[in-house]
Amino acid sequence: MPDAPGLELIRGEIERDHPGAVTSTSFDREQAALLVDPAQLIAVLTWLRNTPGQGYRFLSSLHAADYLPAEPRFGVHYELINRERVERIRVKAMLSDPGDGSLPQLDSCVELFPTANFQEREVFDFFGIEFRGHPELTRILLPEDYVGWPQRRDFPVGGEPVTFTYNERNYG
Amino acid sequence: MAEHEVREAIAFEDAAALTTADLTGELSEDRTTELMTVNIGPHHPATHGVLRLVVDLEGEVVRDLKPVIGYVHTGIEKSCEDKSYWKVIPFVERMDYVSYFFQMQAYCGAVEQLVGLEIPPRAKYLRTLFLELNRIHSHLVWLGTTALDLGAISMLWYCFRERDRILDLFEMAAGQRMHTRYFQVGGVIEDIPLGFEQKCRSFAEDMPVRVGQYEALLDRNEVFLQRTKGVGIVDRERLLDLGVTGPLLRAAGEPWDLRKATPYLVYPELDFKIPVGTVGDNYDRYRVRVAEMVESAKIVAQCLDALPEGPFIAEDRKYVLPPRSELSTSMESLIHHFKLVTEGFRVEAGEVYNAIESPRGELGCYVLADGSSKPARVHFRDASFVNLQSFADMAADSYIADMICSLGMLDPILGGVDR
Amino acid sequence: MEIERRSFTARQASARDMLRGDLEGEDLERYVEEKVVTTTFEKMLNLARSNSIFPLTFGLACCAIEAPISIVTARYDLARFGAEALRASPRQADLIILSGRVSIKMAPVVRRLYDQMLEPKWAISMGACSSSGGMFANYAVVQGADKFMPIDLHIPGCPPRPEAVMYGFTKLQRKIQGNPDQGWRQRYNAVGTEEWARGGPASTPSPEAAEAYLAAREMSLA
Repeated sequence: MPDAPGLELIRGEIERDHPGAVTSTSFDREQAALLVDPAQLIAVLTWLRNTPGQGYRFLSSLHAADYLPAEPRFGVHYELINRERVERIRVKAMLSDPGDGSLPQLDSCVELFPTANFQEREVFDFFGIEFRGHPELTRILLPEDYVGWPQRRDFPVGGEPVTFTYNERNYG
Repeated sequence: MAEHEVREAIAFEDAAALTTADLTGELSEDRTTELMTVNIGPHHPATHGVLRLVVDLEGEVVRDLKPVIGYVHTGIEKSCEDKSYWKVIPFVERMDYVSYFFQMQAYCGAVEQLVGLEIPPRAKYLRTLFLELNRIHSHLVWLGTTALDLGAISMLWYCFRERDRILDLFEMAAGQRMHTRYFQVGGVIEDIPLGFEQKCRSFAEDMPVRVGQYEALLDRNEVFLQRTKGVGIVDRERLLDLGVTGPLLRAAGEPWDLRKATPYLVYPELDFKIPVGTVGDNYDRYRVRVAEMVESAKIVAQCLDALPEGPFIAEDRKYVLPPRSELSTSMESLIHHFKLVTEGFRVEAGEVYNAIESPRGELGCYVLADGSSKPARVHFRDASFVNLQSFADMAADSYIADMICSLGMLDPILGGVDR
Repeated sequence: MEIERRSFTARQASARDMLRGDLEGEDLERYVEEKVVTTTFEKMLNLARSNSIFPLTFGLACCAIEAPISIVTARYDLARFGAEALRASPRQADLIILSGRVSIKMAPVVRRLYDQMLEPKWAISMGACSSSGGMFANYAVVQGADKFMPIDLHIPGCPPRPEAVMYGFTKLQRKIQGNPDQGWRQRYNAVGTEEWARGGPASTPSPEAAEAYLAAREMSLA
């Protein structure tokens, strides 16, 4: 885990090569995170992966979270590891819901990190975030014809109430 | 496809001189290289759980493979958002249903990081002990079922004999054989009873002997060697690109284990080795896991020796239930108990990703807290889910039987894959 | 097929007499009666069916580790009940044990498997998840396999211990033999406490369901 000064150094270096890419950093509970502009996400990931001093070549996890009611709503997280120095860094791209029924879009990083294949499909399946450039962006865990994006905060949990005879008899 | 032409009746004496080509017409180029798509599963005796494989076959050789998953998708992550933090623990246990302690550890570790809670040393040792027992358990289930798939049927009985001993230990400590909800935020839910240490120690002593017996059955068995040696090789770089971790990566020669790389709990103080393979074929995967069982037995013995006295759960009553004996004497304890049981503890906004080494690889838990008493998002980075992406590489250009062998050695648990 | 049995010493004495050739008259008749079992063909068939069930190797989730894997292993041996031969093909199986949560993607597959099984067939819903959705009251789990297929026996637990599965299995055997464990409501004075599934006591069941219920009632009271 790069410590707080190390994180600021990384941010400074990215600023030199890709100005405006990193919008903010956060070092919370000893976990370093870079908040990144979605349009320059691939550039930042490539920089972190290929720059000789950095070498964050292992994508450990790609997942998303819905920060409703905060705006922008969706955060896509990339957990990267540098295995030589054993350091983790998190890259976050925040997207908002376009609102008109179309899906939020982000560039796919499947060429950089082939492990993202299933994981981007899972994010698409649960949140409805489209990854441009993904070879086969279909639902992976839910049935192919399922309608709705379950993991969004405004999607109901589902299930049904349990009917008990006592309640039916007394409360109708 | 050539049309069927009606052939005239052929005299019997001439039949012997005919070849297949005569009888069926010309064999066009397409006929010889035609790919047949076959569906395997989701109900199949050899897929470890409800995994569906859509396989493109050329004869008996697998050319392409696509896993279709989601048949045991339970919406656990969504259910977790609806429950208070400690009620989430039984849910996350049931994801990867063979290594349940690991999910509990990943989640409890994440929440403890979010909250800033220190767990007492006895709890750390107990957690490590149970994690390693669960690692042995998971590898035993793997060995039994995979050997069954390969035809070494009696291995199932031997492995499950040991597994029942481990489950007896779990039952002694926690009351349940599987899904024990033993780990809580702050430590473990109960101390180990009298007699546990003795039984556990005798188990840890027996385990290397038993592993020796398994090896005696399989290690030099000609059929087993022919089926596993040189089969399913994927090189290290490709595995790293695909995000594969755990015994699969270690069998390919990369010594990456989160217990040594980013130590947690009491792993820094324990003395154990990490088995690493050389070639990366199925035989290496088998050897790595079997050696890991022996190492875990060593860790169990060390934990028992070094187990310190003290509380088994943190003392901070804001997050941990007070012991029941205090409830009748202390008003504060009663209030804390009430608050914790009805609403649960609140966690300030923040997010944490906590990764541990499960028997299958890196198990990561991401918890997003939004200040209320329920998590806003719980996501598990499951090892089997990511490892499954390497299956197509393993099975390409090999026979169906080799594909089945690779699937066994891949050790997917569909509960973790589908969550 | 309940037979009144004499005490062990009495039977031993008559066996000894038989060997000596000393049994005659009424004693001889009673001896022969005890040795020969007469029954209807139906009952014979059901006895045979119940003691040689072929379960389907079907495991969905966590319960699958307990059954069918753990109960066929040496400690909880299912083979002693005659159910050792687990078949992989539904066409050859009698019994499907739904061990684990049934997700919405898997439900049509399970139904198709059940349809492919040949009569007579039975279904055990093992564990809380397949009996009623279990702890997963959400969008992805079918709240009880009852919703799409007929189940003969429910086993509670999460996961049920292998002994519980064996107990359920022997209960199913008794049900197959025509002797279902329905009499407990009489024994414990609990008639009238039946829970109605999804309809309430005021709802009227379909004529076939009402008939089936009355028939089951009669069988238990008989």
